[in-house]
Amino acid sequence: MKARYSIFSLARNALNYHQDWRQAWRSPEPKSEYDVVIVGGGGHGLATAYYLAKEHGITNVAVVEKGWLGGGNTGRNTTIVRSNYLWDESAAIYEHSLKLWEGLSQELNFNVMFSQRGIMNLAHNQHELRELHRRINAIRLNGIDSEILNVEQIKAFCPILNCSPTARHPVLGASLQRRGGTARHDAVAWGYARGADSRGVDIIQNCEVTGFRISNGRVQGIETTKGYIGAKKVACVTAGHSGVMAGLAGFRLPIESHPLQALVSEPVKPVLDTVVMSPAVHVYVSQSDKGELVLGAGIDAYNSYAQTGSPLVVEHQLNALVELFPIFSRLRVLRQWAGIVDTCPDASPIIGKMPVEGLYFNCGWGTGGFKATPGSGWVMAYTVAQDRPHPLNAPFGLERFTSGYLIDEHGAAGVAH
Amino acid sequence: MFLISCPFCGPREESEFSYGHEGHIARPADPDSLSDAEWADYLFMRKNPKGWHYERWNHARGCRRWFNVARHTVTHEIRAVYKMGDPPPAIEP
Amino acid sequence: MTGYRVAGRGRVDPDARLRFIFDGRSYEGLHGDTLASALLANGVHFVGRSFKYHRPRGIMSAGVEEANALVGVDRGRGRYTPNTRATVLELYDGLTAESQNYWPSLRYDIGAVNDIAAPLIPAGFYYKTFKWPASFWNKVYEPVIRRSAGLGRAPTAPDADRYASRFAHCDVLIVGAGPAGLAAALTASESGARVILADENPEIGGSLLSDPAVQIDGKDAWNWLEEARATLAGRANVTLLTRTTAIGYYHQNFLGLVQRLTDHLPAAASSLPRERMWKVRAAQVVLAQGAIERPLVFDGNDRPGVMLAGAGRSFLNRYGVKVGNRVAVVTVHDSAYLAAFDLARAGAGVATIVDLRRNPRAALLAEARSLGIEVLSGWTVTATKGRARIAEIRVNPVDQNGKVGAARMIGCDALLMSGGWTPSVHLFSHSKGALDWREDLQAFVPGAPNEAVRCAGAGNGTFGLAAALAEGAAAGAATAGSAGTPTVFSVDGEAPFSGVYFRELPTDRDPTRAKAFIDFQNDVTAKDIRLAVREGFRSIEHVKRYTTNGMATDQGKTSNINGLMIAADAVGKPAPEVGLTTFRPPYTPTTFGAFVGYSRDAHFEVERKTSIDSWAEANGAVFEPVSLWRRAWYFPRSGESMHEAVARECRATRRSLGIFDASTLGKIEVVGPDAAEFMNRMYTNAWTKLAPGRCRYGLLLGEDGFIRDDGVIGRLSDERFHVTTTTGGAARVLATMEDYLQTEWPDLKVWLTSTSEQWAVIALNGPNARKVLEPLVQGIDLNGEAFPHMAVREGKICGVPTRLFRVSFTGELGFEVNVPARFGLSVWKALIEQGRPYDITPYGTETMHALRAEKGFIIVGQDTDGTVTPHDAGMSWAIGKTKPDFVGKRSLARPDMQDPKRKQLVGLLTEKPETVLEEGAQIVDGPYAAVPMPMIGHVTSSYHSETLGRSIALALIQGGHGRKGETVYVPMPGAMHKATITDTVFVDKEGAKLNV
Repeated sequence: MKARYSIFSLARNALNYHQDWRQAWRSPEPKSEYDVVIVGGGGHGLATAYYLAKEHGITNVAVVEKGWLGGGNTGRNTTIVRSNYLWDESAAIYEHSLKLWEGLSQELNFNVMFSQRGIMNLAHNQHELRELHRRINAIRLNGIDSEILNVEQIKAFCPILNCSPTARHPVLGASLQRRGGTARHDAVAWGYARGADSRGVDIIQNCEVTGFRISNGRVQGIETTKGYIGAKKVACVTAGHSGVMAGLAGFRLPIESHPLQALVSEPVKPVLDTVVMSPAVHVYVSQSDKGELVLGAGIDAYNSYAQTGSPLVVEHQLNALVELFPIFSRLRVLRQWAGIVDTCPDASPIIGKMPVEGLYFNCGWGTGGFKATPGSGWVMAYTVAQDRPHPLNAPFGLERFTSGYLIDEHGAAGVAH
Repeated sequence: MFLISCPFCGPREESEFSYGHEGHIARPADPDSLSDAEWADYLFMRKNPKGWHYERWNHARGCRRWFNVARHTVTHEIRAVYKMGDPPPAIEP
Repeated sequence: MTGYRVAGRGRVDPDARLRFIFDGRSYEGLHGDTLASALLANGVHFVGRSFKYHRPRGIMSAGVEEANALVGVDRGRGRYTPNTRATVLELYDGLTAESQNYWPSLRYDIGAVNDIAAPLIPAGFYYKTFKWPASFWNKVYEPVIRRSAGLGRAPTAPDADRYASRFAHCDVLIVGAGPAGLAAALTASESGARVILADENPEIGGSLLSDPAVQIDGKDAWNWLEEARATLAGRANVTLLTRTTAIGYYHQNFLGLVQRLTDHLPAAASSLPRERMWKVRAAQVVLAQGAIERPLVFDGNDRPGVMLAGAGRSFLNRYGVKVGNRVAVVTVHDSAYLAAFDLARAGAGVATIVDLRRNPRAALLAEARSLGIEVLSGWTVTATKGRARIAEIRVNPVDQNGKVGAARMIGCDALLMSGGWTPSVHLFSHSKGALDWREDLQAFVPGAPNEAVRCAGAGNGTFGLAAALAEGAAAGAATAGSAGTPTVFSVDGEAPFSGVYFRELPTDRDPTRAKAFIDFQNDVTAKDIRLAVREGFRSIEHVKRYTTNGMATDQGKTSNINGLMIAADAVGKPAPEVGLTTFRPPYTPTTFGAFVGYSRDAHFEVERKTSIDSWAEANGAVFEPVSLWRRAWYFPRSGESMHEAVARECRATRRSLGIFDASTLGKIEVVGPDAAEFMNRMYTNAWTKLAPGRCRYGLLLGEDGFIRDDGVIGRLSDERFHVTTTTGGAARVLATMEDYLQTEWPDLKVWLTSTSEQWAVIALNGPNARKVLEPLVQGIDLNGEAFPHMAVREGKICGVPTRLFRVSFTGELGFEVNVPARFGLSVWKALIEQGRPYDITPYGTETMHALRAEKGFIIVGQDTDGTVTPHDAGMSWAIGKTKPDFVGKRSLARPDMQDPKRKQLVGLLTEKPETVLEEGAQIVDGPYAAVPMPMIGHVTSSYHSETLGRSIALALIQGGHGRKGETVYVPMPGAMHKATITDTVFVDKEGAKLNV
């Protein structure tokens, strides 16, 4: 075990000007074979490794990452965490995840800064209001906290929001999940990496997968830029690049990769104390602990792996933001970027077995994967360890695209796909 | 923001077009003869390549015509624009 | 004149004195000043507090790279702007600004306790603590962190300014109007090419503005500059944009330029927009962004009064301000000597030049000697002193083995530093051009381009005036292809330009205790970078994210390269192998409003109104937004509640006559020899046998088998269909139709035309509809047998052409009058007049919804949600059974679509007739199940039925079609309601009222 992190260890190390901190994880060379190789060192992959070790005692595990840990969508998202999903299947898995979030800093001994400042979803017309009620009713009967706010309550909860009845899209109501909020995205990857490493998992960065070795319909290992690595089981958790991985393994997925753009403003003193989402006006925003407004919106329409997008999309999301918050107009964009998200036809993920034995995929989270990180890793670890899905991810198999039982969460995705 | 050369109107900003996803996926002539898996394949399964992508675009805010584009999904270079029904051009790597 | 103003220097106007207020105190400056130069002229260095340790900070630069001197600018209500760099804030009379990030005052800031606690809070400390007790994070720790973080305060009022945007196309866009950019522009524009030259400064010139003594073509720099300006201004093919920043470089030479139009003007009296976004598509781009000076890394390099050497030179030569009366210099580069020499000549006392290099150029040493400046070559700076302003530096000799000797203190009131220069490759990097490492410069320079772009001058790693001019001219000529000939410039008096690179300067003290800053704003020190690497954060991205180096408002302009060099050293790899973090747009922070442009308030999205909207407004309608339309929701009479108004409208329609504006319905004209075949393939229904003159309700599925749209479709002739769609679905349905027609069935001879906006549609419903219509219609026999339910005729109404549909969405005798939109209002008014004897009652969408629900007619998107099949909706009858294929047919045969437990549309009647269920309420089987409760469906539509005098509802319920008569429960806030599953038709099940 590593030295625990605490205010006391900080103080102790301060005496020595922090010369004695040990590395948060090792940088080992890959072994020739592992029980499980996880492809993708993002939050979901690292969480999978962590729970494989912790919950299932499987520690002969490697996580291979083509770049740096958390360098994909984990380090590029707008850090929103919530579980206010419509369908039972989604509510169950996201709520499982939210419960894990609630103890994650203590579990990992790493402060992931999970900040439950609430998520407010706005409705701007009767149709949205009706859908909001449907969603909230379902969520509450699923035992998940959620409430409806009327315009007066919205004003009280978020005074800087433009609630004028003469607004182009007047705010008519909102749902609020107080347990929702944001977390520090990098810390999630680092915390899981440190936790997995301390349980014996090898984390191998700068190691790109170039192929799968498959014989008799069963995976044998992976070809990488650091050579061949044998594996009894391989779990692909490569959001954005799932299609590429599937291509290497010889099959296709119902997935397209699209850029999802986000931006932050210059930091200002606290002004927005919750997360506000508006599917109709088309933006979501929160303020980070650093003081930056963090904004996102919808995906760029076309397939892309370029981690850049059209400036028009950024323009639209700023239009929407200023429509909702006219006082923000003079703030400035500090930095804009894009991640590559896997989008599924029903805006729900795919977590489970693949046409190749011993190969598992966890992908298709679209714009909403960050919030699922702990739960996704948890069910993925179970699926890999047991070679069958956990009841929580059983509905999210690839089979649904053949049988037709799609879990259409376009409404809950927060933004149109 | 791309500049796309509509085969009917000439080069126009991306904002005039709407995207039609992967091209050259013909709707089966007799869907009833397909298995559920084959039908799902047609409906949902996509190549999603990192590289050259043969895809459909519609000049939605212009002539409203559909056409095909060969575009690189990393560099966004557009190598070919061609009409519906034309075969995909070979692209040198 | 204040003590630091130097007469005869700079481009400021000594006769144009301006008053300004900083932190409540009034000062004087000159026209041409920035806030920074004006403060320095008044001897004010201490202007802000840093982000984390709240350390006193001064002005470190003279440009956009400024990390310290950020101020809030107050131009009155709705015009407060935080985080503005004082170094680029042009002074105007009455300017009011304040420093940031302290409490209660700049000088006495409680937050400065963080500086004392600095040993406890190194990089990433917050990941290691604040975890216990868990509940304290949200309640205690985080609020404290949030309050102490942030920089300026956000505005409190909506922005009072407006913004503009425009597109522009050009042959050549040149970014940067320094020597290289000017040379490029002069050459490129000679051939007549359309050139846009953009520069972020108020005037062109770049580095020449700070270097007046150099000569180009035998002229003093500023004279040459004025001639160049005049030449360019005189060319009609050149657009010269100053105060204009190229913020981002996107695909295919698309660049965003932000032009600032009013912030430098004294009052908001101007009618100009505050900023304008230029969206430029350029055939070719020349980037001449220049270079940014690097700070040196040593303990105490952040005190007020420590600044980049080039900035010290700019303040003197461009603004006529000496930054101190006793200036010290520390450098590893020749360029700092120029600042020292210029300052010495201007009468500022220059104490000492500390040069880390053992053997500076002899010419520089000679000139220093002649100016009486001591040069300590082979010395280092190891500490500084002074709180609100630097007072002393601690310097030590370094021997050939790197051993640091005994210290000596030197008094000073300003310290200029130069760590060399970093080419600005930001825009080139946005465009995905490759960056190459230049060992001689210890910097990245543009490599292989990914767009039609050339780089020139310092931004390309080409330093020196003559070289920059030549490279700029060559780039400009190359844009014109073979037609271009580079202009040749001669330069006299060019200064030497060479240097070396140091990471942390050598010191005799414990480097682990040094506060040697890399990122000044975010308070990242050299030892933070080394700590991150020690803890395993070896990727440069990890170093950045763990330490926050380069993430401040300057986005690493002065910190990235120093951070990289130290990280590379700690990792033990060469810098180019460690690599840079990605440059992201915008180049400098950019006002939200500039992106928004005109798209504000009513222009955020255009509101669509029907031709009858003005009548509705004049007659007191309450409106509701429906997609982009506004529609009349109900027409309350004075004193009426919504419920009362809707009840009255319902009664009137069922008993006599209601009139409704249905113009927002989508309309598509489907025409051609194969029109019927096309309709067969698109819609579920059979169309071949539908006779001209008849209508049918059509159902459109997605290929996944789920209901996407619906509407009544009339066949006007063998080859012509009038298709209606839902209000929100019009564009989508047309796009889908075009897609299939053009890409799957190009052999079909069919033409599609959107006619949504061409037809106004007036729905007349009620037993008296025919009586009112008859006198106004010509050429159509309205008799029930001649014109039965679900028929369409063409003729005239009120003398204008009409397509008259006999259809009903209410269950009453109904007509939909389509007239060309320009006649919509007049026909509506005529019908209102004609209907007076029958108490004709205008009704809105709410009554329309209630009446249709009484009849069990669905609203797509309300009673369906993208997961409902025709069978689920109880509309198997709408499927043409004998058709071989239609869009979505195959999907309906998939196993999960056949599941009898699918949610199916049914009616619901509550046990208590007065209970109107909540739309969106969930439905459960038993009232006593524990949460999580198994839900079997939800209420999709729910109304008080005025006709029945009770509530009615539609719902999707698992296996609902087989459960009619069964009891279910509907939990709602505060109550559990009991309801019975019924058929979906509540009123006139036989349809007797339709067939009259």
